[in-house]
Amino acid sequence: MPESPPPIRIGIPTEVRAGERRVAATPETVRRLIKLGFEVAVECGAGAGAAFSDEAYAGAGAWMVGDARTLWAESDLILKVQPPELNPDLGVHEVELLREGGTLISFLWPAKNPELLERLAARRATALAMDLVPRITRAQKMDALSSMANISGYRAVIEAASFYGRFFTGQMTAAGQVPPAKVLVIGAGVAGLSAIGAARGLGAVVRAFDTRAASHEQVESLGAQFLTVEMEEDGTGAGGYGKTMTPEYIAAEIALLGRHAKEVDIIITTALIPNRPAPVLLTREIVESMRPGSVIVDVAAENGGNCELTRPGEVVVHSGVTVIGYVDLPSRLAPVASQLYGTNLAHLLADMGGGRSWHVDQDDAVVRGALVLHDGALTWPPPRPATPPAPVAAAVPPAVVTVPKVPPARTGYRWAVAGLVALGLVLWAGALAPPSFLQHFTVFVLACLVGRQLVWDVTPALHTPLMSVTNAISGIILIGGMLDLAGPLGAPATILGAIAVLIATINVAGGFWVTQRMLRMFQR
Amino acid sequence: MPAGLVTITYLVASLLFIASLAGLGAQRTARRGNLLGIAGMLMAIGITAVAYLPDYRLLAAMLIAGGLIGAFVAQRVAMTAMPQLVAILHSFVGAAAVLVGIGGYLDGAAGRIGAEATVHDIEVFIGVFVGAITFTGSLVAFGKLQGTIRGRPFLLPGRHALNLALVIVCVVLGVLVLRAPDGSGLSLLLGMTGLAAVIGAHLVLAIGGADMPVVVSMLNSYSGWAAAAAGFMLGYDLLIVTGALVGASGAVLSYIMCRAMNRPFLSVILGGFGAEEGAAPAPGGTAMQGEVRPIAAAEVAAKLADARSIVVVPGYGMAVAHAQGPLREIADLLRRQGKKVRFGIHPVAGRLPGHMNVLLAEARVSYDLVLEMEEINPDFPETDVALVIGANDIVNPATQTDASSPIYGMPVLEVWKAGATVVFKRSMASGYAGVENPLFFDERTRMLFGDAKTSCDAILAALLEA
Repeated sequence: MPESPPPIRIGIPTEVRAGERRVAATPETVRRLIKLGFEVAVECGAGAGAAFSDEAYAGAGAWMVGDARTLWAESDLILKVQPPELNPDLGVHEVELLREGGTLISFLWPAKNPELLERLAARRATALAMDLVPRITRAQKMDALSSMANISGYRAVIEAASFYGRFFTGQMTAAGQVPPAKVLVIGAGVAGLSAIGAARGLGAVVRAFDTRAASHEQVESLGAQFLTVEMEEDGTGAGGYGKTMTPEYIAAEIALLGRHAKEVDIIITTALIPNRPAPVLLTREIVESMRPGSVIVDVAAENGGNCELTRPGEVVVHSGVTVIGYVDLPSRLAPVASQLYGTNLAHLLADMGGGRSWHVDQDDAVVRGALVLHDGALTWPPPRPATPPAPVAAAVPPAVVTVPKVPPARTGYRWAVAGLVALGLVLWAGALAPPSFLQHFTVFVLACLVGRQLVWDVTPALHTPLMSVTNAISGIILIGGMLDLAGPLGAPATILGAIAVLIATINVAGGFWVTQRMLRMFQR
Repeated sequence: MPAGLVTITYLVASLLFIASLAGLGAQRTARRGNLLGIAGMLMAIGITAVAYLPDYRLLAAMLIAGGLIGAFVAQRVAMTAMPQLVAILHSFVGAAAVLVGIGGYLDGAAGRIGAEATVHDIEVFIGVFVGAITFTGSLVAFGKLQGTIRGRPFLLPGRHALNLALVIVCVVLGVLVLRAPDGSGLSLLLGMTGLAAVIGAHLVLAIGGADMPVVVSMLNSYSGWAAAAAGFMLGYDLLIVTGALVGASGAVLSYIMCRAMNRPFLSVILGGFGAEEGAAPAPGGTAMQGEVRPIAAAEVAAKLADARSIVVVPGYGMAVAHAQGPLREIADLLRRQGKKVRFGIHPVAGRLPGHMNVLLAEARVSYDLVLEMEEINPDFPETDVALVIGANDIVNPATQTDASSPIYGMPVLEVWKAGATVVFKRSMASGYAGVENPLFFDERTRMLFGDAKTSCDAILAALLEA
């Protein structure tokens, strides 16, 4: 291990893309980064678009640097939102500003930007693409795409609301009745689910459609109706994304959407397939069949759009239907988008060793997945992610807890033997036992099943009261003692019976009483 | 009195018991469930008395005496002593089953011949055998929980063979009782009872204190089976149904608990767990090394004042110290300051399943704030401070990292993922499982030594001053 050199400095430049308001760190995440052992430099005005002042950054412990050139040159590690591009003020491509052998972390979209990779390689850069962080459980906290998709879905609803001329909530007013808005969400990934939640929150009636069977439950959990195509085909692809469906399926899908489009007021489309243009699901005819005044928000606009009439970055009105093709939805909520993105970055940097033991560990699945260039050498594309073990639940952070299990050592074999032995014993007993016994035995077995059924799903919080009540009930043995009381007073059996009744009664009374005491305390 | 009336009343009582257990399945219906159980019991006793007893005086005396004793004890016992109470009550059922069984034998095989007589005697045998095991096993469990018997497993060499031999002798005695002419096998039966009692005590002595929740629940199950055996002997479906209900539900509960600890059921019941550590404490070599960082109560208060999100993980230490009261006040205070305070409960925290829930409920902590392990675990990385109050094994990171640890693979509360962890502990002794805990040596962990209640009181005072 080499001695740790002076602290690693992170640089946060101002985003140069026109209209981009986000920034790769907020004062709060700057504090986090400093806690991780980094030094942080922020370009003056970097947070202006997201309403973070230079003073706030300085207050969080960042160095404020006046010009971009110095900032890039003085930083070991650049954190950005958008991929590097021509800096219009300086007339220089941002990659040329990056220090020779420096590190860059941002959205990179390497498949779309081969020329950018060449530039970075020429600088011997190390580059990690936030858009390539694998969607595995451990990496959820660094999943910037999900963070942004969540914001896009929410904002899509807000945009739709601002163009839609009616309420979302149905109302009965003195001036008449207003029906609730009907919203159709296409694609129930993170963005789609977030849109469902936001539209439900505003009071709309929501339907949703997705090709992945796994999304059915998630859609319904948010209170929306799930639409299904009457065809057996699951669209779950690698890494929890959708895959391309067969032409027959897509035709059925478009027919289904066409039927519903006539009924709804707002359509929000979020259907994406990785590394492909977005599938066109809303044809010109479907749009023309919608009621005038309806609104379509195409969240997939950046990848061509799910609607035939979408023009990326623009709002068009066609036969009275507004089609919104904004490609900067997260940027329209710049403060929260910056906060979430910055936190994703901080988590990634923490996993990579923080400022004290920073290193690029190629054995780490997350780092390996996101690493595009290592010291100028191309490391992309990485090995493909496997099919998800569980559906990658999306908008709501899925609480996936992996529970290590004891290996099931030959249990099948043991069960089979145990089963045969039990069957043999039962048959043997049945052949010998008197009928009265068998009658009781039937009752016994059925009661065992009832008992199992009753407690199987009881919440752990109630285990103690449950146990004390079953304990009290097992005091039923006192009936057995009572029967012995019928004999003469001094007889041994009577004395035994009396003692049995006494102690069983203690159990019964104590058990019920203490249960009641316990239950009285449970309160909301 | 028509026999049909008795049968129907018994049926109604059985249904009431079933409804009672079903009611106990949810907070909302739990109290009604308990009342239904009481109603069932009163009906069963009443109809039996009316139908079979010529004279109620002896019965009334016993019922009143037993009822008063039971209610008195149940009213006086502290909630922290609940596990002991349940254990001792189990022993009563076991003893009653033994007495009823012997009484049944004394009554003789009246009127039974051939296979029926044999079956009757087998039922007596099973009832007495299970009853005796329940009786002494529960007494030992009571002793261990009360602290009068040491918690460490008591292990004789070749104990499995010994148990097996004892069981075989019991069976042989049982066969001899069967062979003996009507009623003359009493001494053999008593001998068998004694041996079964030894087995029961020996079984539970070999089980470590950490597994007592499972044991108590198993004994609960046994007491049910004993009642069911008595029902077979007497030909009473009511006893059979009720006994089977209790037996099956107890067994299921034990199974659920074992699953929560990721331990095979048999290894818990046969005992001896954690003995490797206990028998031969590794002399320095493999023992946990590292620096423990103590902290004072006032500093903990300062940490809490700075935190925004706090998770409290209570363990048996909280129960022992009765710290739940001041803990609730701390939680209330912090919540009034706008902080997020929640409680994370491990399924086997404490000495009974749900033990912590009962104690927190006693301290009037709203159960909306009390989350189960699966619910709270994903939140630890977002938690600023985790307070571990007298818990050890259920927060041990070695369960996930150290394959050689005896508790490896047991799901635990992942407190080490929180920003900082404060562990309240009496001393550096290891937990009931006898396993070292690397959490205590983690650089983000601070140890607050001392009685948990005293510590909580001090923190509360510091918070109020600030």
